[in-house]
Amino acid sequence: MLSYLLRRLITSIIVIFFVSIGIFWLLHVVYPSPARAVLGLRATQFDVNTWNQQNGYNDPVIVQYFRYMGRALTGNLGFSYTLNQPVLALLKQRAPRSIWLSGISLVLAIVIAIPLGVFQAFITYSMPSFFLGLILIQVFSFSLPIFGFEASQSNNVFSIIGDWHDMTLPIATLTLTSVAAYSRYMRSASMDVLAQDYIKVARAKGLPERLVMIRHLVRNASLPMVTLIGLSLPLLLAGNLIVEELFNYNGLGLLFFNSLQKIDYPTLLAYTLAGAVLVVIGNLIADIALTVADPRIRLA
Amino acid sequence: MATQLQPLDIGRAPEGGDVGPVQTGWQLAFREFTSNRLAVIGFAMLAFFILFSFVGPLIYHTNQSTTSLTLANVAPSGAHLLGTDGNGFDELGRMMRGGQSSLEIGAFAALVAIFLGALIGSVAGLIGGLLDGFLMRFTDAFLSVPFLFVVLIVAVKVGSPTVLTLSLVIGAFSWPVPARLVRGEVLTLRERDFVLAARTAGSGSGRLIVRHLLPNALGVVIVNVTFQMVDAILAVSYVGFLGFGLHFPNVDWGDQLSNSIGFLEDGYWWQIFPVGACIVLTVMALNFIGDALRDAMDVRLRRR
Repeated sequence: MLSYLLRRLITSIIVIFFVSIGIFWLLHVVYPSPARAVLGLRATQFDVNTWNQQNGYNDPVIVQYFRYMGRALTGNLGFSYTLNQPVLALLKQRAPRSIWLSGISLVLAIVIAIPLGVFQAFITYSMPSFFLGLILIQVFSFSLPIFGFEASQSNNVFSIIGDWHDMTLPIATLTLTSVAAYSRYMRSASMDVLAQDYIKVARAKGLPERLVMIRHLVRNASLPMVTLIGLSLPLLLAGNLIVEELFNYNGLGLLFFNSLQKIDYPTLLAYTLAGAVLVVIGNLIADIALTVADPRIRLA
Repeated sequence: MATQLQPLDIGRAPEGGDVGPVQTGWQLAFREFTSNRLAVIGFAMLAFFILFSFVGPLIYHTNQSTTSLTLANVAPSGAHLLGTDGNGFDELGRMMRGGQSSLEIGAFAALVAIFLGALIGSVAGLIGGLLDGFLMRFTDAFLSVPFLFVVLIVAVKVGSPTVLTLSLVIGAFSWPVPARLVRGEVLTLRERDFVLAARTAGSGSGRLIVRHLLPNALGVVIVNVTFQMVDAILAVSYVGFLGFGLHFPNVDWGDQLSNSIGFLEDGYWWQIFPVGACIVLTVMALNFIGDALRDAMDVRLRRR
């Protein structure tokens, strides 16, 4: 068990290493240097070269990579020239908003998806979040003016949490799009579990169907959900790009979108790298949680 | 008391039921697929959207090249069945045009992803060892890349993306899933006797992959193609929706939708809901087909 976790940890670190080099290299190819953004369009080529030289953007990519990673480990993720703030501060500022939006939607989605999937009520297909969001806005904001069409603009997380008028539609959009996917996983897991012998045994010994469902089916069929939650971790922090853009919610997703429009290279780089690291960590956590939850894996 | 054994009656039908002509796996899969009602509906819907996008413009002629502000945001009428958009283009004609790019990108990106995935997966699975380990860590790394972010970053750099470049970008970041699937298939296939037989007959690795392994892994690949198309069509609609998709005068469905969001409050429903429905229905049709294909290929689920 311990050696398994250790091996898993080491491969995760290797994968993070490869991914971060890949992303760093890709972004370097796409945007070699933020010099233009810093110096403005009127800067001469000479100025640009000098600036690149001074700030190390003329060094080989691998040197730049290790310098960047070294700084990142001490909490320096670079400086956003367009927003004139350290990238880390930008991320910290917006993270709570994205965590709240994605977190509450994730919890709601799981609570709804488990019974839907277990009872195989109906097959659901997810709808693109932007279209679902538009429909919800049309129905619940324009046709029936119940909720606001723009998410809360407050800077205080607690007032955002209390603001049901403006937060219901973004949360509902995100929840409903994930419910479809989760309940499909849950449904196929339930079908696999239903074919198992222990379900037959439970039924044969006369256990009421309700108890078979709760004790045997739900508990076993929920195991894949553990993995899914782990895989959703990056979504939780990276925010949901589309929903945040649609409802103009100033979280991490909108930060990425705005950086993309202004080609704010340091922010894009830090954001994408953080996203990749979270994917790997999410996978790792899912595996560890699964080992804890499922004795069959623990003993194997 | 010992029971008397019945003499064997060769003329009688065997106990398992009537003997029919032997059907190949593909014929069984085809029968299974066509007996699935959702599959047939999905197929019909997909055929409709293909005809709508590619044959539609030949029947329903509209002006899609010059803007006209006097004609902007006209409500649906006899002259413009679904009204016009903010630039004065006929909305229905625009949807056909957007459908062309969305479907083309979906198909082409799926092909790129499957081609790369099948290549990497089969090489890793067949050769194994260090190369396999390296290729799979490479695949893991690619799987950890936040797909939409990277596609957006590259799409922005391309500046004025075309159907071809968008498909290549989306395909280039979608291959890890088919690669894993194909590798898994190849790992079980390569231990089979027919592979040994082919090796004994002197086939090289390339020939083994192309002639023996890939055709046998085709079932998995075909199922995955439909889901790759779903993902690609969704991805391009996300990219278009965020405003980084095809540029004027080209259009895709997501792009078209994002251009009209500002008009939601004005009540110009014809600019928003029909095109959104196109995306949803196409994706749903492909999902139906993919699910049905998966069931049809799955021997365990097959009714005989």
